Amino acid sequence: MNVATVELADVARNDEGFFLDPSQWSDAMVPALAAQEGISYLTDRHWQVIRFMRSEYLEKGTGPTVRVLGKASGVSIKELYELFPKGPAKVAARIAGIPKPRGCI
Amino acid sequence: MTTLTVEPTAAPTVAPKAFMPATIEKVSIIISKGSLDGVYPGLIMANGARAEGIEANLFFTFFGLDAIHKARHEHIKIATVGNPGLHLSTWLGGVPGMSSVMTHYLASKMEKLDIPSIPEFVEMIADTGAGLYACKASVDLFGLCKDDFIPQVQDIITVGEFYEKAAGGQIIFT
Repeated sequence: MNVATVELADVARNDEGFFLDPSQWSDAMVPALAAQEGISYLTDRHWQVIRFMRSEYLEKGTGPTVRVLGKASGVSIKELYELFPKGPAKVAARIAGIPKPRGCI
Repeated sequence: MTTLTVEPTAAPTVAPKAFMPATIEKVSIIISKGSLDGVYPGLIMANGARAEGIEANLFFTFFGLDAIHKARHEHIKIATVGNPGLHLSTWLGGVPGMSSVMTHYLASKMEKLDIPSIPEFVEMIADTGAGLYACKASVDLFGLCKDDFIPQVQDIITVGEFYEKAAGGQIIFT
């Protein structure tokens, strides 16, 4: 019942768990959001990906795909899948409070 | 006597198998063609599956083996003869070098869209944790061995072994 989870409970999310309004997101929600994805321990590398997702979205209006993450986030494809085994772009987007990245590659 | 006690507990674990799950958990994708348009769809399906958190295995058979062949995977071309989708007349498609020209044209368009080349794409898919396998029957037929393939190829397997690996998932043939 900490502050983060209470606030998170008020956030509107779609059926797949993506934020409907990314402006409702805050750093404090990240541990709880990660826990919902089965990530109990957040490393600096997780944070690096989450912050990159966030900044790409704010800059371009859409979240990066795994390919873009692998090329530009500073984290390799291999490590991305170790950090987020259930799909790096998709899971990190949920944790970063942005819509699901769209892109086929 | 033991069967009487086992049956009631066994029933609940068997029951869910009767229902189709709401999500796809695993795919096994077969790539059987050696042309550019024959290879890309399977690669995109495999990469997309991993991006969704779906377990994926790629099985290369027949001319699809070229996609993991060290010496050939950089030279996969689009067919300009017998390919009605290109809307080229057969005689024009048959002009020497036409296949290379069309392949080069497509490759430059793909690069603009940041679609990786086949060698880069296959390596990327291996990095996502997908399994890459070569078909034993085709490897024998073409007189190839494991050294002919890129190091990401995990094994040369039989069709029976493929079905064992594919068990519990969906199979996609391309």
